[in-house]
Amino acid sequence: MSEDVKLGGLAWHLAVLSLTAIGGGVVLVAPDVHHYVSVQNHWLTDEQFAAMYALAQAAPGPNLLFVTLIGWMIKGWLGAVVVTLAAIVPSSCLVLALGTVINRHGGGEGRWAGALRDALAPLAAGMLAGAAWTFLSVAGAGWRGIVLALAAAAAAYATKLNPLWLIALGALAGAVGLV
Amino acid sequence: MQDARVGSWALFKVFSHMAIQGFGGVLPFAYRHLVERTQWLTAAEFGHLLGIAQLLPGPTICNLSVMVGQRYAGVAGGFSALAGLLLGPFFIVIALGAAYQELAHHPLFVNAMRGMAAAASGLILATALKLAVGMLRSTAPKPAADGVAGKAGLDVARTLRWRRLTQVALLVAAFIGLGVAKVGLITVVATLVPIGFLLFAFVWRKQ
Repeated sequence: MSEDVKLGGLAWHLAVLSLTAIGGGVVLVAPDVHHYVSVQNHWLTDEQFAAMYALAQAAPGPNLLFVTLIGWMIKGWLGAVVVTLAAIVPSSCLVLALGTVINRHGGGEGRWAGALRDALAPLAAGMLAGAAWTFLSVAGAGWRGIVLALAAAAAAYATKLNPLWLIALGALAGAVGLV
Repeated sequence: MQDARVGSWALFKVFSHMAIQGFGGVLPFAYRHLVERTQWLTAAEFGHLLGIAQLLPGPTICNLSVMVGQRYAGVAGGFSALAGLLLGPFFIVIALGAAYQELAHHPLFVNAMRGMAAAASGLILATALKLAVGMLRSTAPKPAADGVAGKAGLDVARTLRWRRLTQVALLVAAFIGLGVAKVGLITVVATLVPIGFLLFAFVWRKQ
């Protein structure tokens, strides 16, 4: 498969997923993008895939920018640009289209918008948790990884600590062989 | 609400600034810049827009930038804010990726990355938990419902219970779809969004 075909396929895949990523860009990480990148096309090992996401989580900007790295590995700077735009422009255009309505009416107050919002809130929460769970098995850290993830979740939920500290503690726990 | 002094370039600059500071997550910096420093939004407006940004498809912070940009400078403003948000992090992420490739064969580094990835999934779980708790609080039975006399009051309370139960069921179904059955995002969204919408629009309407 040529690099252009690979890149086009990934960009199209991301553009479609981008329009269904309710709850944040994170919900398309696993199982969807992982399946496409690591299981179906073998571009990255599970270990590399998990590392790419962890790097993007630590870096500034939306975590979805981990797809930038995948594009970059496939076809350098062009790949990075194309994949980033594919993952972000479609959903942003949808927001722009709805934005006129939201700015005028406040959003979510009417009967239909209210019903949609009531339906989307639990789906966002459930899909985020599902994506996190699938990603955890991709990261291959076993039961100790699950314990670490739950501890990080509790700390992030209960405190206003910068997530970067939790990421750093996770790295430390991994480096000394706890995970 | 429209502020003539806020143009596309100002939006680009403010969002670039917050993006580059936002190691570990941009949202706290977004609050600091948009509410406290520039005062483009009140705290209540920020919370309201954030709630919508989270539920629309796409990264929450990107959606927020597009909505704020559009509000002040139209479509061009939306794209300017988004570009500001993404430009710096784009290069930082690639720099980190290049460093990763250099170090990828060092066992200590590989182990550290595994710990980082586990912590990262914990952070996603925390976001899910915050959303779920916020949702359950907003549908909690209110004392006001008890105040409505007789049968009407009972109806209100019963509808509230069913709405809550439906939300919990949707949450569990979405978790199973992506986390256990792994059927994929598009299937989960295409199945559960219509079901949830129909139930809340027609069966258990807000009263």
